[in-house]
Amino acid sequence: MAFKSTRPDEIVFRIATGAFAVLLIGLVAAIGVELYRQSQLSIKEFGWQFWQTDTWDPVAGQFGARPFIWGTLYSSILALIFSTPIALGIAIFISELAPNWAKWPLVFLTELLAAIPSIVYGLWGIFVLVPVVRQLEVATPQWMKVIPLFSGPPLGVGMLSAALILAIMVIPFSSSVAREVLKSVPQAQREGAYALGATRWEAIRMALFYARTGIVGAVMLGFGRALGETMAVTMVIGNSPQIKWSLFAPQYTMAAVIANEFTEAGDELHLHALIEIGLVLFIITLIVNMISRMFIWSMGRQKRPRVAQTAAVKAAA
Amino acid sequence: MKLRTQIVAAAIVTAIGGATLVAQQINGAGATFPDPIYQKWFSEYNKANPKVQINYQPIGSGGGIRQVTAKTVFFGATDGPMTPEQLLAAPGKILHFPTVLGGVVPIYNLPGVTTPLKFSGPVLADIFLGKVTKWNDAAIAKLNAGVTLPATDIVVVHRSDGSGTTYILMDYLAKVSAEWKSKVGVAQSVNWPTGVGGKGSDGVTGQVKQTPGAIGYVELTFALTNKLAFGSVQNSAGKFVTASPETVTAAAAAAATSIPKDFRVSITNPPGDNAYPIASFTWLLLYESPADKTQGAAMVNFMKWALADGQKFAPEMGYAALPKAVVDLELKALETIKVK
Repeated sequence: MAFKSTRPDEIVFRIATGAFAVLLIGLVAAIGVELYRQSQLSIKEFGWQFWQTDTWDPVAGQFGARPFIWGTLYSSILALIFSTPIALGIAIFISELAPNWAKWPLVFLTELLAAIPSIVYGLWGIFVLVPVVRQLEVATPQWMKVIPLFSGPPLGVGMLSAALILAIMVIPFSSSVAREVLKSVPQAQREGAYALGATRWEAIRMALFYARTGIVGAVMLGFGRALGETMAVTMVIGNSPQIKWSLFAPQYTMAAVIANEFTEAGDELHLHALIEIGLVLFIITLIVNMISRMFIWSMGRQKRPRVAQTAAVKAAA
Repeated sequence: MKLRTQIVAAAIVTAIGGATLVAQQINGAGATFPDPIYQKWFSEYNKANPKVQINYQPIGSGGGIRQVTAKTVFFGATDGPMTPEQLLAAPGKILHFPTVLGGVVPIYNLPGVTTPLKFSGPVLADIFLGKVTKWNDAAIAKLNAGVTLPATDIVVVHRSDGSGTTYILMDYLAKVSAEWKSKVGVAQSVNWPTGVGGKGSDGVTGQVKQTPGAIGYVELTFALTNKLAFGSVQNSAGKFVTASPETVTAAAAAAATSIPKDFRVSITNPPGDNAYPIASFTWLLLYESPADKTQGAAMVNFMKWALADGQKFAPEMGYAALPKAVVDLELKALETIKVK
């Protein structure tokens, strides 16, 4: 620690910023502990069954979170599948291809998407997206409906609408981070690739390869965002707790059931079960965010010359 | 500088003066369903009695019961009466006071069908159970002689959020269908056997409007203010009644003869030719012995006003006024609140 200073102001500065960092860790821990404490009734009553059963019946006091876990993960993964190519396309275009005058408006517009409140997305979903999705579902030919992915009546609301809304909401997040990651690829890498006779596409491929872990991190960040989205999703997903592969089937997510039932949950067990759903969501989000962080860290720690060499060699080959 | 100090000082004095002018700040929280009329009442009452300012947070019946039990608010409000367990959990005796009445109406989307459809309790229960799945089912056709019903699939749309509206409908369906009672039960949120969930009344309405063959339910106030067409429902006297503030009041009047002293009563499926069967009181929750006696006295005065003058605002806002018999009983019950 060559930079460690013994000057008092330096020490105070270090302690102060360190305290803030510790405060944040404490805050996350406190949320976890509090969620655990407030869901005691449900944890005691159901144990691991809570993660494994499908019935959600507030009247009978039967609570199982599996359809909600399924709905949350399924909708978020679908959203990633829809959003990743678009987000990457935007990021690549802005950082590698766009003429300078087009960059700023494009960055501004993608980031504007992130600033729209989710209730607005939800309303747009109900009145614009859902009718379009229903048209699509009505137009689905009968032979396709045999496939479980497209089975069920054309309701409009359901998994597909939710995944599409989520995809649109996630795009600005993953594309901004992916753009930053691409920006961090040293210019020398590209110049080296060109020097070796790479075409533009080959040079971009090299840059993508160089930035691959960071891009995965960007996508995972979007995934974390999709997991927790509440309002827009609950307005278009159909809110029906069932586990189905069908994109047309109404399903449910963890965040949505909390938002829907928390205010009117009079019964203690119901309340605790809802808070336990929050705990489950907290744990899953934590895991996803940890993975995404690990990807970004691993990118930072990579030994650049080796990657650069292999990438350049591959690009040139 | 000096001028600025004076302005600040003046502002502070006005602020303090303003605070003392509003002698009474009473906070309440609870049901969302009566929120529009409560806000109207509190603002009208404040105009007539500037010293009393009542704040109401529509956080939901469950939240209202929790907060009044924890005494974080002075009064609560709920669409479903408190359960005996909830009453026991409260630190003091809580009294229920019906304030207005609301009805729940079936809305549907059937292109080509222009005459308002007729429903009966058992048929509604079978539709919401997912047993009647086509609009031209014999059970529906029997009630609607002369109407050509299409062979469209029925799409059930229900509330996804916990709601007093759902509670009232569940309470009714459980009374008219044994299967509903055993399979689904009565609560603000239930495990729906079929259908899709829309968030809030506007979510349900949006979904019904967009889906041919859909059936849903909303509160009467919502249907009236948004000019939605809705079906009539057969009451226990066998008559088909269309919901309106009058027929909902009639439901309460029919039930008033056998009303219990604590007013915790369900009035769905009441007797009476003119009574609309899917109706309910909404209640205000007050402690019998409030901790703050001046707030208690102010609240009792407000309740007296709401039961008399306040009722006039009900029909124009789509709520039904309380029948006189119930008002009289409540005025007596208000006397039992210990404000001294």
